[in-house]
Parts: sequence; structure tokens; C-alpha cells
Amino acid sequence: MKITFAEGLAKAIYESLAADPRVVLIGSGFMGLNVAARQMLEPALREFSDRILVTPVSELALAGAGIGAAACGQRPVVDLSTGSFIFQAFAQVANEAANIHYMSGGQTSVPVTFYSLAGMRGAGASQHSHRTQAMLGQVPGLQIFTPGGAEDAYGLLKWALLESQNPTVFISHSLLLGETAELDPGAPMLPVGKARIRRTGRDVSIIASSIMVPRALAAAQALEREHGVSAEVVDLRTIVPLDRQTVLQSVARTGRAVIADECHRSFGVAAEIAATLAEDGLASLKAPVIRVAVPDVPIPFSPPLEAELTVTAEKIAAGALRVLGR
Amino acid sequence: MPKLTVAERVTAMLRIRRFEEQCIRLSKEGQFPGHYHVYIGQEPTAVAACAALAAEDFVFSTWRNHGHLLARGAAADRMMAEILGKAGGYAGGRSGTLHLSVRELGVPATSALVGASLPLATGGALACKRRGSGVTVVFFGDAALEEGAFYEAMIIAAVWKLPILFVCENNSIPPAQRKRGQYTSSTLPAARLADVPQSLQIATEVVDGADADALAGCFERLVAEVRSGGGPRFVEVRCTRWPGNFPLWPELPGGEWQLAWAYGQQPDHADMAAWLQQSDPVLLYLRKQAAAGALDRAQAEAIDASVRAEMTAAVRFALDSPLPAANEAYEHVWAQGRQA
Repeated sequence: MKITFAEGLAKAIYESLAADPRVVLIGSGFMGLNVAARQMLEPALREFSDRILVTPVSELALAGAGIGAAACGQRPVVDLSTGSFIFQAFAQVANEAANIHYMSGGQTSVPVTFYSLAGMRGAGASQHSHRTQAMLGQVPGLQIFTPGGAEDAYGLLKWALLESQNPTVFISHSLLLGETAELDPGAPMLPVGKARIRRTGRDVSIIASSIMVPRALAAAQALEREHGVSAEVVDLRTIVPLDRQTVLQSVARTGRAVIADECHRSFGVAAEIAATLAEDGLASLKAPVIRVAVPDVPIPFSPPLEAELTVTAEKIAAGALRVLGR
Repeated sequence: MPKLTVAERVTAMLRIRRFEEQCIRLSKEGQFPGHYHVYIGQEPTAVAACAALAAEDFVFSTWRNHGHLLARGAAADRMMAEILGKAGGYAGGRSGTLHLSVRELGVPATSALVGASLPLATGGALACKRRGSGVTVVFFGDAALEEGAFYEAMIIAAVWKLPILFVCENNSIPPAQRKRGQYTSSTLPAARLADVPQSLQIATEVVDGADADALAGCFERLVAEVRSGGGPRFVEVRCTRWPGNFPLWPELPGGEWQLAWAYGQQPDHADMAAWLQQSDPVLLYLRKQAAAGALDRAQAEAIDASVRAEMTAAVRFALDSPLPAANEAYEHVWAQGRQA
């Protein structure tokens, strides 16, 4: 069946509520889902209304309530709405959720999921456009999921809600909600922590996650069509755990790497991948790696200003040509 | 009927006091690094609150957690080993004094950030509500009211009608104002702390933190109200800070606390003498029970001796426990099982 990213999220929420009475949805905004996905959630709203909590605008305490409930045996998902709002909850996410298992010496597990609809979405300006995966990646103890396709939106969210024993920050993206993918509900999901080779290629590896995945695929098609370049696209799927092995193996095959990242250029996900290649993959590299990332400036409102900073398929393709010396 | 006998209450309070004295001694000896916070002067609050709880209930605490954990039934030896950063501690030395927790006693996560335990505790109460039984108690100091987390947690507790008891241990109160009157607390510009939760429709109580019997009655009633579905409650316990907590690092003014002080002897320390007469909840309780003929000096001495023996053994266990192996630093970052 073909589903959209948003429908995958709604399906995961519905099926998780149905499968496990410990799953509790803290937040009633329903994650910025589109109309079709909201319709999919309608039965859940009726069937599981006692497990869907209407919330005040109190991100810090909502995050804490999710953490505390998880520490006491529930499996909550906290809808933090726009990704930037996780800053309102940061003290609980970074300093409580991430630390509790460790500080308790393994006594207490915290299987809570924080859902955030992140990213440069168009007209979000500086305070509604954050991608928080890199800064959260500096917090040991948090799993960070950044699906780039509808099947992974479904699979990873459902896994976080039903299987995970650890806190998860699920970073969705406004501009991915309409992306479609084939989903075989009966097939096992690619394990969490494994990157997905979205497209195989010989000449260059494009490493991507979240919204960068469809743009990297578009870049790869353009490279093939217009330049005869064969690009491989690696979808990281999760930032933590990070599948360094698949990245290294891909670059070992192609010899060249372009890292597409919607984080800011400095200290971003791309920087971590580049460091991995420098430490463990230098012998494979025929050319220096190239980061295609967002410049280190806040995100502006005006469309041409935002476009200047946005990592597009064209910029990724240009990066690939540069790493190929063309 | 009080849930604890007089002897049990004295035992529970003295366990905390003697434990904390050992902490201070061990810190001064250099047996563990870092800052720590003791519960001396607030003992009957933890004892009364925990006596009103059942095994299925949850407790959330702060950096000043030793009293809460001991009252909840934690083992003094494993606590002391944790405070010393030893392998035999509850968290294998990862937590130290600041984050002591004991999951099997329903104390799953202790935060050392001001106000941060309150949101966590609303989650504990949500879990109680979901499973249809149990209550959650969260302890915090008066400074928590200066944090946004306090306000947000109150809102959630009120909107979701959670089975939670907020216990504010206000240890900044002069003796004359414990029972009534205007006062200030830290730097909160509210005339009365209870005004804040009351504005959110949360029922409040104020109780004298030096009156062990009043505390016992108050907590039994409030926990019963919360347990029967009455929604959240807020109680301010007005304590007068023990003089040993005024310096940056805890001190023992006048030396170790002497049982004889309850029976007429005077300490060689003016501040301590004033605090003992007006504000020491253990001393006041012992005097009251002696006057009532419920517990005489000899009985109190026997309890104290057995508590001291327990704490001597706890310190011995902690000192004898090995330090953790260096590679233990890498364990318990992730929960095992179905992890990624």
C-alpha cells in the first residue's frame, strides 16, 4: 500500500494505542498532521479518548509528565508540536529524560517519545524553523529518529512507542508530511540503527537524513540525467544510534562523499559524519568530503532570504559535482 | 489512629538525624568529594508523609533526599555507599548524594535541579491515574516556587485532576511564624506560598514542621483525600532551618546532637540552644512524649543506641565497599532489552 509520511505517523499512533494500553498521547494538537492523516486518527480519538490528554501550553511540564509516567510504567508520547518548542522543554528532555537511567544505575527506564515537527518549513522565520538533532546529539541517553521516508515514519514511530526502552526524540519535518512510500505492513522493518541505502551508485555517496533524503534523491536523479554521474544515497534514518558502518562501506565503494544536512554547518550532523570519515574512512576518500548544510545564521522570514540558506537538491548536486572535480 | 507508634516515629526520625551526622563527618574526613545537603530539622515531615503511603505509591525528591529515602525504607548502608561513590551504592556510584533513587521503593527518579521533580511527579501521578490506584508525593523546597516548572506542573495536576500531593518544605521560616502570620520566603513576592496553587484551584494546607503529631495527622488526611480521587493537594510545611544548614557546607553546631539535650542539658552553642528550644522537631517530640508518659528517657536512649549501631554499620559497609571499576562508567547509558 502507498501511504504518505503523515498517514504513516497516524497509523503508527493508532496501532500503538490499540496494541498497548500503556501508550498515552500527551498532546491533542496531533502533530501538525494533514487532513487525510487527521481523518485516520479520528477512530483513535473516539476509541482511546481516555488515553489522549488535552494539554495546556506547558511544554516543560508536559515533557516532564511524559518522563515521569514512563519512569512509572507507562509509554507516553509527548507532542511538542513545532520543533523549536522543544527548547521550552529542554531542561526535562536533556537533563531528566536522558540521565535518569544512568543516574539510577539502571534501575529506572524511561521509554518516552517526544514528537516534534521540525525544520525549515517556509515562513517559519528564526523561532519556528529549528532542526534540533545535532544539539540533541550532544546529549548521551537520547535516541534521535530522523526519518526521511513514509515507511520509516511509520516504522520508527511505532517502534519508539511499542518497543523502545529508552527516551526518543522523534524529529518529523513539515515538508515531509506529503511524501509517499510503499509500505508492506506485514514485512519486518529494517532494524533501528541501520541506515537505508535509498539508491545505489558508483561515483559518489550522498549522506542524508530527514528532509534531505528526498532532496538527495532528486539531486541523484539530476546528476544521472544531466551529468551521467551515478550517485548513491544513504538515508541515516536515525542520528542516534548512528550507523557509521553503512556510511563507511558506501564511501569505500564510491570514494567520494557529500553530506547533506539541514542543521547549521558548524557542529552539525554533517560535521559528525565528516569526522567519522576522517577518522575511519580516510583511505577510501579520493577527494575531501563536502558538507552541504545551512550557513551559520538564524533563519530569516522573507522567502528569498530563506531560500538563500535552504539546502536544495540543486545545491546537493552542485556539491557532488565539486567533489568529483567537475 | 496514627500509623506509627511513638517508638517507631522516634526511631524513624533518629535514623535520619544520625545518618546525616555521619554524612557530615565523612565529608569532613574527605571520604567523598562534592557538595551535599542534609535533612536535619525536617525529619518528621518525611516520616509522616511516607507513613501515609502504600507500597504502590510513588515518591519524587530533590538533592535534599536522604530523609525522604530513609523514611521510605531505603537501606542506610546502600545509601551511604552511593553517597561515597562506591560500587555497593544503589546506582553503583553514578548518582552520589544528588540523584539518589530506589526504583523498587517507588522512588524512580530524583532530580537535583530546582523545581524539576514536580513535572516528573505529575507523570508519576498520571501513571497512578492510568492504572487506577496509587498516589504520588513530591517533596521540594520553597525556592521551587520561583521556577516555571512549578507553575506548569500545578496547571497539569489541576487540569488532569491528578492524584498528587505537593509537599513544599519551606525551611526559611522564623520560629514565631511557623503557625501563622506574614512571612517572606527566599525571593518569592507572594505573601503566602499557598496563594499560588490556590489561584489554580488546588486545595492547600499549612502545617508546623516542628510538630510531628500535627504532621502525622495532616499527611494521613491529605494522602487519603488524594487517594480517594479528590485531585491534587498542596501542603506547605513550615520549618525553621537548622543552624548547621546556614554555612555553605553543613556543620554540626555544638557537635553531634545529644539526646540529653531533650532532657535538660544545654549545648555549648547559642544558636543551637535557641533552635533546640523552639524548633527542633525531634527534641520537641521527645519532650512531649516524656511529659505524656509515652516514651521515657531510658526508652529513647535504647532507640538511639540501636539507631547509632545501624549507622555505624552503614558507614562500615560504605567504607568497605570498593570503588567502581573505571569501565563501569560506560554501563547503563542505555536500557537493555529491546533497545536500538
